[in-house]
Amino acid sequence: MNRPGNLENHTLAVVVENKAGVLARVADLFARRGYNIVSLLVAPMDDERFSRITIVVSVESAPLDQIVKQLFKLVNVVEIMEMIPEASVERELIVANVKVPTERRDEFTAIIERAHGRILHDGDGHMMVSLAGEPAEVDAIEADLKAFDIFDLQRTGRVAMRIVGAEAPVTKV
Amino acid sequence: MTAPERLNGGQALIKSLEMENVEVVFGYPGGAILPVYDPIIDAKLRHVLVRHEQGAGHMAEGYAHATGKPGVCMVTSGPAATNVVTPLADAMLDSVPMVCITGQVALAAIGTDAFQECDTTGITRSITKHNFLVTRAEDIPRVIRTAFHIATTGRPGPVLVDIPKDIVDANNPAAYFDWYWPEIEDLELPGYQPNVDPDPTAIADAVELMLAAERPVLYVGGGVLKARGAEVLLELAELTNIPVVTTLMARGAFPDSHELCLGMPGMHGNYTAITAIQQSDLLIAMGSRFDDRVTGKVGAFAPGAKVIHVDIDPAEQGKVRMPDVPIVGDCRLAMELMVEELKAKGAPESLADSSAWRQQVSGWQEKYPLTYEQSAPGELLKPQYVLERLRDLSPEDTIVASGVGQHQMWASQYWTFDHPYTWINSGGLGTMGFSIPAAIGAKAGMMDRTVWSVDGDGNFQMTAQELVTAAVEKIPIKVALMNNAYLGMVRQWQSLFYEERLSEVYLSHDMPDYVKWAEAMGCVAFRVEDPDEVDAVIQKANEINDRPVVIEFRCHSEENVYPMVPAGGSNDAVIVDPTQQPTLDAERAAKEASQ
Repeated sequence: MNRPGNLENHTLAVVVENKAGVLARVADLFARRGYNIVSLLVAPMDDERFSRITIVVSVESAPLDQIVKQLFKLVNVVEIMEMIPEASVERELIVANVKVPTERRDEFTAIIERAHGRILHDGDGHMMVSLAGEPAEVDAIEADLKAFDIFDLQRTGRVAMRIVGAEAPVTKV
Repeated sequence: MTAPERLNGGQALIKSLEMENVEVVFGYPGGAILPVYDPIIDAKLRHVLVRHEQGAGHMAEGYAHATGKPGVCMVTSGPAATNVVTPLADAMLDSVPMVCITGQVALAAIGTDAFQECDTTGITRSITKHNFLVTRAEDIPRVIRTAFHIATTGRPGPVLVDIPKDIVDANNPAAYFDWYWPEIEDLELPGYQPNVDPDPTAIADAVELMLAAERPVLYVGGGVLKARGAEVLLELAELTNIPVVTTLMARGAFPDSHELCLGMPGMHGNYTAITAIQQSDLLIAMGSRFDDRVTGKVGAFAPGAKVIHVDIDPAEQGKVRMPDVPIVGDCRLAMELMVEELKAKGAPESLADSSAWRQQVSGWQEKYPLTYEQSAPGELLKPQYVLERLRDLSPEDTIVASGVGQHQMWASQYWTFDHPYTWINSGGLGTMGFSIPAAIGAKAGMMDRTVWSVDGDGNFQMTAQELVTAAVEKIPIKVALMNNAYLGMVRQWQSLFYEERLSEVYLSHDMPDYVKWAEAMGCVAFRVEDPDEVDAVIQKANEINDRPVVIEFRCHSEENVYPMVPAGGSNDAVIVDPTQQPTLDAERAAKEASQ
């Protein structure tokens, strides 16, 4: 996953019209032109005419500039912002269900508390936990959880938001 | 105020097409589109009944190429929609404005694997500029208006509108609504604002480079034709004395007989066009997209040139070659601003001296012109000869639509295109079978012009059925069928790059009997085998104006297209005609020795 300083991945916030098939158009474009999606997250915005897609793209396959320009050509794409690390905040959520033997419960809960995670469910020898944080924090907790027997684990992919007042390139509208 | 007109979706669709000033629709009816074919009976527009949906798509393209207006085709769902996939992809790659209407199964049946159902918008997503699945009858006028707006503005392209059967059904009460016709400003397109106005600063930067260039070349592509920019191109070239190459998509954008015209560059371009680009110090790419067939090996393309790239599509800037001056906008507007700025900066007097360059270029033209050897007595025809005669015996403003392959390259090379919109071909997708339907579409839009389809025998067998359409609909095109008994271009590659191991390329001269076939389809047909008969038969064909004509020219099978840049090779390694190659080899050896 992307860490600060990893120059090969970029985060784009893409505002699209909230219409049927728009996500398919975006996904198709990436597939058709051989661009790699690292993570993708989509939900309607406060103005429900629009959705915001946060895409982490790998620029190993094509320059970011070309990916952005091709995305722009989609009629339903309204705005694209690159979320550069110095001018934005990124957050990601991880939810995991982990088998925790009785003798390791204290060790496990200490890890979750230290990371400011939450225990969502506890029973039948399993603990379901969540943590929302910077991608690096999520990476760290994921690594810690791997010391246990993971039953199920899901990361959401990242959302990103610009810091007001920070300079960031906006590429459309 | 009068009460609004109450229309059903089918009536509204036809009325919307009329509001868009559509004169002709190329189409084919079927189950899901049936309700729309009823109001067509009373419509003002002309419907041309094709014999295969692929034909409808290429006719719409040919119409658009010739007239500059969007071509329209209409077909039913399922297999009909999949049959227009090829023309849509073709129109996408060659930026042809086109609106394709497809029938779809009723809304409630979508997703149930109903009879003749397919995911038309899904299938065509990457080969259309945009597509729509309409779900309410009252959306039809707005969607049709939007489709034409998107197809014809910015970088033109195909737009598909998929219409479920029930929303156009006269028996469905829910398909009726109060007619309206939206203004362009009222269309809901928050993400679509093509930028047509070039940045004046970039124009000024470009003009600086043009003033200083000693070996400039204008590398003109199809974008100039799409922008209706041929006139200002002539003005720009004459003001600056910059030589012009016209790509396969731009033949006719600059007159071939003009002394500044170097003809076509690229894989089968002529030596001078290719070499002038290679040795230029400034390449002005005008509505061209650095296609691999033009650049050859990209890293070795025009290595010493600074690049000005004018294109209305921002994504073309830097896609293949990073320009020194990118200019996003309409080519015509950009050239107008360039002319203005050049004059303001004292052109032509203030231009750097490029007379040595033009001298060098004309030296190449003299040394390495296009050439071929006339057939020996008893041999079949040389296709180049046939094309030269066809060119000289047909009206100067004849429209030529070609298929794909050797005959296409020879037609582009040997025709003299002195007018824009007289050359129609499938450049990007390279669609065999394009010629006959495209010629029909062009003729339908330009009934007073002579339209010649230059076709190959392989191509002809893919779409010849549309000659029935031409005969029945009285769209009298003429077909020059260059029958060399082979898939000639593939044979050429196998000869040159696969040690002459010919694999699955032989078609035969006389199977099928093209004359009988053409006659059976309602055409007048001739067969010519002897160079001495060529003129008389062409003249006869040019005099027939009430029916389509097919001339089968029996051509030599072994002829190769030269010059040729092997795929992926550097343009510096262009191979010229075998009679010229020794001179070129000697020149290259001498140059190497002197370095």
